[in-house]
Amino acid sequence: MSGVRVLVGTRKGAFVLTSDGKRERWDVSGPHFAGWEIFHVKGSPVDQNRLYASQSSGWFGQLIQRSNDGGKTWEPVGNKFTYEGVPGTHLWYDGTQHPWEFKRVWHLEPSLTDSDTVYAGAEDAALFRSADGGQTWEELSGLRTHSSGPRWQPGAGGMCLHTIVLDPSDPKRIYIAISAAGVFRTDDAGKTWRPVNHGLKSGSIPDPTADVGHCVHRIAMHPSRPNVLFMQKHWDIMRSDDAGESWREVSGNLPTDFGFPIDVHAHEPETIYVVPIKSDSEHFVPDGKLRVYRSRTGGNEWEALTKGLPQTDCYVNVLRDAMAVDSLDECGVYFGTTGGQVYASANAGDSWAPIVRDLPAIFSVEVQTLP
Amino acid sequence: MIRIVLPQHLRTLARVNGEVVLKVEGPVTQRSVLDVLEATYPTLRGTIRDHVTQQRRAFIRFFACEQDLSLESPDARLPDAVAIGEEPFLVVGAMAGG
Repeated sequence: MSGVRVLVGTRKGAFVLTSDGKRERWDVSGPHFAGWEIFHVKGSPVDQNRLYASQSSGWFGQLIQRSNDGGKTWEPVGNKFTYEGVPGTHLWYDGTQHPWEFKRVWHLEPSLTDSDTVYAGAEDAALFRSADGGQTWEELSGLRTHSSGPRWQPGAGGMCLHTIVLDPSDPKRIYIAISAAGVFRTDDAGKTWRPVNHGLKSGSIPDPTADVGHCVHRIAMHPSRPNVLFMQKHWDIMRSDDAGESWREVSGNLPTDFGFPIDVHAHEPETIYVVPIKSDSEHFVPDGKLRVYRSRTGGNEWEALTKGLPQTDCYVNVLRDAMAVDSLDECGVYFGTTGGQVYASANAGDSWAPIVRDLPAIFSVEVQTLP
Repeated sequence: MIRIVLPQHLRTLARVNGEVVLKVEGPVTQRSVLDVLEATYPTLRGTIRDHVTQQRRAFIRFFACEQDLSLESPDARLPDAVAIGEEPFLVVGAMAGG
């Protein structure tokens, strides 16, 4: 019988949640790497037992862990992330130039075709690739050395490359997103990059329609339509139908269009999910109500999904990598909160139930649909 | 033999219990001790000092014989009591929190 494995990264360790296809009873294992910040855990789509985890600490720096048995056991692999050449400088909070300094890995994106190849998105913003299962890492430096690099600046969470989207129809096309630079695309497997932010408007930068400088929080794609992208920007839900060449706002009737995650239904490429957050100065859900919003029209028209979610006195956030979907016949949707709850819906969001309630603050949620 | 006490997270990472005991050839310095430690436990590379610059990570301290040796030159000799194994060389995560 098919099943689901949910990979959870938290402020104090990683957890692996497993269930059969009914998604009613869950086994919880962890904490793995107890006490460490686990920014992201993700499995290879080629080999579901191959997992990668980004483990970091203010004291001991960055580690990458790898599992070959679905998260039962782990081994540390390479943690040497070195910027190629002289790193140069980027814009700092006070408007001065500041040298690039590696801090941590925010996101790991395993290759769609090779379980030993994995991409890592770093703070300060850079993209690394390993072709040997994480043992060694090479920077795809064409991104960081883009001519706009000196104009990139950190968002409140740091200058992080947090989103990596691989195009399943074109192995040379990759999208990445950086806070606060925006979206960049390569069409030559990472050698050269260009910003694809036309149509974004950000009131918090001097030129609201600048080619770079936007605080993009996450982008998502349905694999059947790789030219269609959805974006949760700092403020605004955006959509592109031309591979990022142009964007238009689809925030529609949302109560607020600030937020972090955005994801797409596994079988309905026009069905998307967001979790509105009150504002950039109040990082919690509005009105004390935890509501996922679903659009079945690719944006603009949104419905609140509340059944099973707390509707009073709830003041959590849902971070950018903390939502995911499974690909069972009835699509499952999952998200984790800064309050330590992981909620699951086995019916595309119509109703929700907590898998666990009291984990450390959740940074990331990924899902594997098991045969 | 040199006795090294690691913080709990690094003991877990290196899969060791208690003190680590290592043989260090030549002058016993921070650098020579850490070189042998990292060669013996490669998973510790990058966790105590930077991969490239070899500088101590900002929130790591080195103590021995009730002294803070963190700001000493990495090539300065460690106290004799460390060199002959009477006292351990302590790798410490800086105190934080509140």
